[in-house]
Amino acid sequence: MRLTQGTFSFLPDLTDAQIRAQIEYCLAHGWAISVEYTDDPHPRNTYWEMYGMPMFDLKDAAGVMAELEACRKSFPGQYVKVNAFDATPGWESLRLSFIVNRPRNEPGFGLLREEGAGRTQRYTVRAYAAERPEGERYT
Amino acid sequence: MGEARTLPPQAGPEALDLEVLYRDSNVAAALEALDRELIGLEPVKTRVREIAALLLVEKLRRSVGLQARPPSLHMSFTGNPGTGKTTVAQRMAAILLALGYSRKGHLIAVTRDDLVGQYIGHTAPKTKEVLKRAMGGVLFIDEAYYLYRPENERDYGQEAIEILLQVMENQREDLVVILAGYKNRMERFFGSNPGLASRIAHHIDFPDYSPGELYAISELMLAGMQYRLSADAAVALREYIALRKAQPHFANARSIRNALDRARLRQAKRLFERRGAPLTREALMTIEAGDLRASRVFAAAAQGEEDKP
Repeated sequence: MRLTQGTFSFLPDLTDAQIRAQIEYCLAHGWAISVEYTDDPHPRNTYWEMYGMPMFDLKDAAGVMAELEACRKSFPGQYVKVNAFDATPGWESLRLSFIVNRPRNEPGFGLLREEGAGRTQRYTVRAYAAERPEGERYT
Repeated sequence: MGEARTLPPQAGPEALDLEVLYRDSNVAAALEALDRELIGLEPVKTRVREIAALLLVEKLRRSVGLQARPPSLHMSFTGNPGTGKTTVAQRMAAILLALGYSRKGHLIAVTRDDLVGQYIGHTAPKTKEVLKRAMGGVLFIDEAYYLYRPENERDYGQEAIEILLQVMENQREDLVVILAGYKNRMERFFGSNPGLASRIAHHIDFPDYSPGELYAISELMLAGMQYRLSADAAVALREYIALRKAQPHFANARSIRNALDRARLRQAKRLFERRGAPLTREALMTIEAGDLRASRVFAAAAQGEEDKP
């Protein structure tokens, strides 16, 4: 099951040229770019691990692409996303965030039902991959 | 154009026009600005024009499918302080942008402090961050010889140099590195870092300015600040340049700029002291001989004359 999280996630995976163009768009607006990765995808898991520091004052996407390539090399089978942070007053938040790398196969999510007090039932989702220990999930 | 006749047959029949390419790119404007706004520096201008010509021809060659590795554009600027290294680097960035060898054409000027960290593991991220900022433009490393300190074998400068080398080699199309510094110290620096020297294609030496050129520069600076010299002040400035050039710590155009700034200060003081009297626009613009002659340089010269037996 394809993870759909962030912008463009219902489109086919972006090529590197398309990613570069998106980053150029962000840089043209003066947004700071950061690269993050995780092997624990979940709709509520928005805080992924940072790969290096956020990059400020860049003029060209080449720097981000190099960083992204390094991240893919370090964590080949994991999810990687690019975030663009807008620091202008009034926004001060992410303006764009999109997945740029995903594992080859994504087993998807299982629905868990939990019996509560009385006859109440609660639902949650859990990634099948997350049943395995960290670092061995998408090998 | 001569090139058209020597092209291989698969390039197509249409003649190639270097002139059109030259006019279409903004490089003509950049080179003219270089000629107009920089006084003297003939060897530098010649070299910059050569590089521009090479890049233009290279662009033409690529357009007809002639293979060539992208030219190495890393440069080293050597020369005394105030000879225009930073200014030429900025112009270089504009020329590279006009020719499409630099995507953004910005200049990031750094020194040792921006590249080398203070403790183990600090240098690499710091250098990489600077490199990332410079991608798509020009990285100008001023006083580059400070990066390498042979007297301290645990100095982190070496680490910065290694990262720099790697990027200079592998991401040649992403950024151009310009190393700048005094001539003899740069030569020693390259002598102890052969890897770096061999990756720099263009070594450009900046000569000192002659007094006449310095005067022309000061006129250009004053025009830029919308001041003008009175006839007496022009004479005083010529004398000042001759005297200042003989004194220690002379930093060419930079010394002249400082002298002019101080003259502006004295002019403002002079005008302020006779406030109440009517002022003309002319008076606000004019620097008088007295503003220049009050300089310490003249006093020191007079002192020197007296001391002589």
